Amino acid sequence: MTPDILILAQEAADSSKLAATIWSGLSLGAIYALLAMGFVIIFKATHVLNFAHGALAALGAFFVASFATIIDVPGRWMPNAPAWLTWGLAVVLALIAAALVGMLLERLFLRPMVGEELFAVAIVTLGIDIVVRNITNDWIGTDIRPLGDPWGTNFFDLGFVRIAHTEIAQFVVSIVLVVGVALFFRSRTGIAMRATAFDQEAARAQGINVGRIFAISWAIGAVLAAVGGIFASTFPRRTGVDQATAFFAFKAFPAIILGGLDSIVGAVIGGFVIGLAEVAAGTYLEQFEFLGTGFGGVVPYIVMLIVLLVRPYGLFGTEEIRRV
Amino acid sequence: MRGRPLLFTSYEADQALMPTTTKKVALTVFLVALVLVPVYDVIPFAPDFLAKDDWLKVLTNVMIFAIGALGLNILTGLAGQVSLGHAFFMGLGAYTAAALGAPEGPLVGLGLPMWIWLPAAAVVPALVGVLVGPTAVRVRGLYLAIVTLGLVFIGEYLFRNTESWTGGSQAGRTFPRFQFRFWKEEEPLVDFSRKGEWFGIELSNEAKTYILLLGFAIVATLIAKNIQRTRVGRAFQAIRDRDIAAEVMGVDEFRYKLLAFGISSAFAGVSGALLASFVGRTIPERWDLLLSVQFIAIILIGGAGTVTGTLMGALFVIALPRVVQDFTAWLSDKIDAGEGIIAKVGDVFIATSGDDFGIVNTLPGTGPGLSVFQLNLVIYGLLIIVFLIFEPLGLYGIWLRVRNYWKGWPFTY
Repeated sequence: MTPDILILAQEAADSSKLAATIWSGLSLGAIYALLAMGFVIIFKATHVLNFAHGALAALGAFFVASFATIIDVPGRWMPNAPAWLTWGLAVVLALIAAALVGMLLERLFLRPMVGEELFAVAIVTLGIDIVVRNITNDWIGTDIRPLGDPWGTNFFDLGFVRIAHTEIAQFVVSIVLVVGVALFFRSRTGIAMRATAFDQEAARAQGINVGRIFAISWAIGAVLAAVGGIFASTFPRRTGVDQATAFFAFKAFPAIILGGLDSIVGAVIGGFVIGLAEVAAGTYLEQFEFLGTGFGGVVPYIVMLIVLLVRPYGLFGTEEIRRV
Repeated sequence: MRGRPLLFTSYEADQALMPTTTKKVALTVFLVALVLVPVYDVIPFAPDFLAKDDWLKVLTNVMIFAIGALGLNILTGLAGQVSLGHAFFMGLGAYTAAALGAPEGPLVGLGLPMWIWLPAAAVVPALVGVLVGPTAVRVRGLYLAIVTLGLVFIGEYLFRNTESWTGGSQAGRTFPRFQFRFWKEEEPLVDFSRKGEWFGIELSNEAKTYILLLGFAIVATLIAKNIQRTRVGRAFQAIRDRDIAAEVMGVDEFRYKLLAFGISSAFAGVSGALLASFVGRTIPERWDLLLSVQFIAIILIGGAGTVTGTLMGALFVIALPRVVQDFTAWLSDKIDAGEGIIAKVGDVFIATSGDDFGIVNTLPGTGPGLSVFQLNLVIYGLLIIVFLIFEPLGLYGIWLRVRNYWKGWPFTY
């Protein structure tokens, strides 16, 4: 993960440093925000701290790679269709597959744990992470699997900053998804989900199908993870999905903690803060010899530690009320 | 109190290490059996494959991981603080040991004897644990798990970038050997890293190392058990069960949480130093998240909060990869040999050639199928899940049920 950040930083040094830093920081932050948002939705609705989020992101990106390039579905049946259409359909298929995997995992491993201690459930997801990550990595193999996206390596050169087409797509998608999630919480299902997040038993007593809400929230979480995974493995960050993709998503954890585990607004803001901090550290602190290589990669964790020292529940997290 | 083993008339008797005669006898037999493992090949009816050098290495690893897991058990099982940062403290212990104990050379190394570097490998991580403790004590629950996760990544970065201490990612560094010296004399007093004769029995270096680490593991178990059943351990458990209630009863939460971090880090440091010395050469990436997760797996599969369970977990988790590896090798031999029901069933699971389909692939890099290494990791993951869902008390819970069944036998109540 770190070398790409360094390449980014190098590029930034060539053109106007500050503008480029802010731009690539924001674009990295948007990915963290997507990952963090899916994570928070799962945590809020089902009270599960999902350590498998990174694995789900890698799996989603790999689904896109396999539908778009490896098995070439639906592209093999539509030879004359434009590239953006076949790729778009492949992405839709991949997201459906990711959502199904999310729902399956919830049904198999997390439904039996309802009502157990939060720790125990979190450790179950740690187990899921190991299983999903290793199977995904086995499918990916040792190569880098390109996603075959239609934007390729094109970019607009504004002189002081280079804006890749993927980054524009990423911002559009992120904004659509953030607004979509906000609107979703106003819909009937969304209100049911908020009720479930508040009190599972009371929600049940009001006739809400809590199991269905769990399944939906895992599906949404897995789709958001997959979208984050897709943009994490395209230009200008990487050339495809590989075995390191799952670890990339671990850096979304500082973003979540920064914003507070149960705050969606916090997740989005935390994502951007962490993204900016990481790229800025990679650009401006690189000249300091004593910091060594890869300092940008640990900046998110250091920021997280400092914020937690001041605010133990993150910036927007609900403080746990403790009583005997 | 003959014949009434469960009648305790004093608190001391209730908390005794070996409350019953049966337990005393069983434990003595078990310990003797453990010490005699290296000479199993000359003892009749003993499982002599254990005395082979490669299995002795597996057992030595079990001892090393048991020491580290006992530490994590104190923090997570007793004090209830989930930590994913165990690997960081292990690395810290290992590099402390190397800086003090490794011979002078291009990397930092003072060549001091083992009685200095091993305690130092406990003290330095404990101090660092107490230093980062205040952050960790302030955050609670799930936030703590993620903070300690960050610790592993920060630690890896630090180890990678202090090349004069750790040797960097490319080369790694060597660690001090298991040798007893008074000071820096040429010939060590007792050398566990070379084969030789003890009490008229010819022992390989693996056998000697095994016996040394068995000794360390026994000491560590005694310490852990004594922490658990005395004042400090009871304070930890009070904090785990309800922190505010514990504070109301006069348990200083801050102090005891710091203490738990310190103790756990000390165990981790010793375990890390022993692991590094046992392996000989290690790169900074050795101390990664997977190592921490392995320890979590050990205490959960064994049974969180119990010393016996932790030891069982260490044996299970560390010996499992070896068993799986032997099993797949045995199965592919059967398949290659051809006919028979085992070969047919096995063929479904194992791919022995490039175009063969199977869940497990014995030829890495060809076709689909997990490698044996990946299969082991997947089994770890599944075991963590399965134990947490079906048997939250772990192997210890299973053992309890078996024991209670036979206690009441032939009555079921």
